[in-house]
Amino acid sequence: MLAAKADFPLLGTTMRGRSLVYLDSAATTQKPRAVIEALTRAYECGNANVHRGAYELSERATALYEETRERVARFVGAGDPREIVFTRNATEAINLVARSWALATLKQGDELIVSEIEHHSNLVPWQEVARITGARLSHLELRPDGTLDLGAMTSRTKLVAVTGASNVLGTIVPVRRLVGMAHAVGALVLVDGAQMVPQMPVNVTELGCDFLAFSSHKMLGPTGVGVLWARRELLEAMEPIVFGGGMIREVWRGGSSFGEVPWRFEAGTSSYAEVVAFGEALRYLGTIGMAAVREHEKTVAGYALGRLLDDGRFELYGPLDPEIRAGVVSFNFGAIHPHDVATILDGEGIAVRAGHHCCMPLMRKLGVAATVRASVYVYNGQEDIDRLLSAFGQVERIFGKQRRGACRTDLSSGLAPGSIEVAGQGR
Amino acid sequence: MFPEPAVDGLYRELILHHYRCPCNRGKLDPADAAAHAVNPLCGDEIDLTLRHHGGTIADIRTQGRGCSISLASASMMTEAVKGRTVERAKELIETFKRLMSGGLPSSALPVELEELEALEGVRSFPVRIKCALLAWTTLVEALDDLQRRRCREPGRIAAVRAAGDPDGAEGVAPGDQGP
Repeated sequence: MLAAKADFPLLGTTMRGRSLVYLDSAATTQKPRAVIEALTRAYECGNANVHRGAYELSERATALYEETRERVARFVGAGDPREIVFTRNATEAINLVARSWALATLKQGDELIVSEIEHHSNLVPWQEVARITGARLSHLELRPDGTLDLGAMTSRTKLVAVTGASNVLGTIVPVRRLVGMAHAVGALVLVDGAQMVPQMPVNVTELGCDFLAFSSHKMLGPTGVGVLWARRELLEAMEPIVFGGGMIREVWRGGSSFGEVPWRFEAGTSSYAEVVAFGEALRYLGTIGMAAVREHEKTVAGYALGRLLDDGRFELYGPLDPEIRAGVVSFNFGAIHPHDVATILDGEGIAVRAGHHCCMPLMRKLGVAATVRASVYVYNGQEDIDRLLSAFGQVERIFGKQRRGACRTDLSSGLAPGSIEVAGQGR
Repeated sequence: MFPEPAVDGLYRELILHHYRCPCNRGKLDPADAAAHAVNPLCGDEIDLTLRHHGGTIADIRTQGRGCSISLASASMMTEAVKGRTVERAKELIETFKRLMSGGLPSSALPVELEELEALEGVRSFPVRIKCALLAWTTLVEALDDLQRRRCREPGRIAAVRAAGDPDGAEGVAPGDQGP
């Protein structure tokens, strides 16, 4: 592993009597002690409302908060910290672009492009924009090899909103190529970086995208902090969507003028302590180096893919080439429902995700109700994958009999496509 | 060297049996009431159809997809309420919900729900309680649907009753999709 498990207090604990193997980092990562202590320290030593008080404590809090903004800007290669807006999470960052930029820009007949592999958070906001503006929503299609067909764009295309890395398939999307295609027709590109930014070096100047959304809690930081990066001139032209304290310049009885970018998008009291602790998470990742994080993800996910493939009992989803795959492996085990698999793995102390992963259209495309998903991060190693594989002995012990079972009465019809056919499908 | 896995309390033999050989699978057509439900957590789906005869649930079928817990619970639910009055079925639903929420020991289950004791282990896995409840909450919706339809088209349901088939299932084979 890349980071010492000992740095992460929760990873040293046991679950259901077994030492914890945490394989759900695509949902949220565990936090190193340094981040937890930074959070506590913020409250113990520096707690005050930022941008509010004229006293030293508030000034100190404000300075730490704004230093983190600078750190975030450096982390993604943004030239100007004022291009960083703190939100509650990546979802809220995407919604800010949808409710502000897109509603003001798109009109009937325009095209809005997403992809078939989007998380609901980068799909539902655009469905709403399409419904309200009359713009057409189209989808880049998933190819059988787990990559996206980049399709075609026209002068009607106004925005391409796409994930940088799929939270189900692990597919790394060729953002730079998409940006080239989009900019050639005058369209902008929003990248949902919730999975990409934690996993690999990201530089917005090199990517050339226009908006980037990501989340602190998926990269060792606290929950409650998301980031929207947008090019300065775009932010300058955008209207705020949340109004109140902290975002104004002047307020009269009948109206107000709004403050500057990015603070005009941060109405209300900010998550000061969480933001500052997020800065500590970025410092921790910076020490490791994002290029090393990417190499590590490739190695461990590649190892998992290889073992699952060799085993022969698993149905795998997503690209098989580790070069275009993030640290996410989704699979099914025979005809056994992912929830049953996840519960039995839980009994072995192994935390994996089971379900549709907030990607219901993708599940339909794959022809399954759900998958099991194992996702890795800096604290996972091959030994965690070995534990995962060996735990399937328990799944077989409980369900093995029925996979060879012969009772088909009452089952010969009436099952919806994709439903569990209990007999004869075990491999 | 290890304690007995906790999951063994969940996957009892009776549950696996109902999962393997579920009762009352399929779809009744025509039906007197129907309900469709999804578990938004996992995308599992259930379609429930039932026929009503003389105040009782004469026949009931479920189809859809789900995990072993939801399929087994659906199977046991259909067995528990088939042939019971609508009022008794509603009582059984409430009783089962209380079992799942921990408000009722399995020893206090009425005779119709004796088998459901096997699902008591679900309580140790709170995220799975929804799986166990799915079929039961869908039955609530189907009974609401029955009530609505009886108010709207009393003649048709009366005709089913007058057909004199105590099971109310004229020629519907298990799992039949329709006529």
